[in-house]
Amino acid sequence: MMWEIIYIFLGIGVAFNMLGSLGLIRFPDVYTRLHAGTKCTTFGSIFICFAIIAYGLWRWYDGEKEMISLAIHTFFAMIAILLTNPTGAHAIARAAHRSGVKPARAVVDDLEAKEGEND
Amino acid sequence: MNPFMIALVLVLVSVAIAIIRVLLGPTVPDRVVGLDTINTLVIAGMLLFGAAYKEIIYVDVAIVYALLSYITTLYIAKYLQGGKL
Repeated sequence: MMWEIIYIFLGIGVAFNMLGSLGLIRFPDVYTRLHAGTKCTTFGSIFICFAIIAYGLWRWYDGEKEMISLAIHTFFAMIAILLTNPTGAHAIARAAHRSGVKPARAVVDDLEAKEGEND
Repeated sequence: MNPFMIALVLVLVSVAIAIIRVLLGPTVPDRVVGLDTINTLVIAGMLLFGAAYKEIIYVDVAIVYALLSYITTLYIAKYLQGGKL
C-alpha cells in the first residue's frame, strides 16, 4: 500500500520535472522558458520531497529508528526549495527585462510603461 | 530495482535536456534560466540519491546546495541588470 503512494508521488514529480525541461527546449522566448523551467520543476521537486517524506515516515513506523531524520531533513530541504526557487525566478525575470530582452510577439508591455514613469 | 534510482535516472535525463538549452541559448538570460533549472533538478536528484542509499548526509548537502545556488542566481541577476538590485 505504501509503495503505491510513493510510486504515485514519484511519478507526478518526475513527470513534471521532465515536462519542465521539455518546455525549456520548446518555448520561444526567455519569459515563457522561465515559466516552464521554474514553476514545473518547483512543483515536481515538491512531489519528490513528498515521496521521500512518506518513505522515511513509513520506514520509521516499521522500526528503523534513524529514518525519521531522513523525513525531517527532506522537509527542511522542501522548505528551502519553496522559499528560494520562486524568488530567484522573479529576480531573473526582472533582470532580463531590464537588460533589454523583449517578449516574443508581445503587443502590450505594461512593465516598460510603469518603469518609464518612475525614472 | 529501487524506485528512487529509476526516478534519479529520469531526473538526470531532464538535466541533460536542460544542458542543451544552456549550450544553445541565444541570449544570456536564456542560459541563466537553464542554469537555474539545472540547480533545482540537481537538488531533487540529491534528495533521491539520499533516499535510495538511505544516506542522510546527501539530504543535508541538498539543503546547502539549494541556498548557495539561490545566492548565485541572485548575483547573476544583479550583474545582468547592471549592478542595481
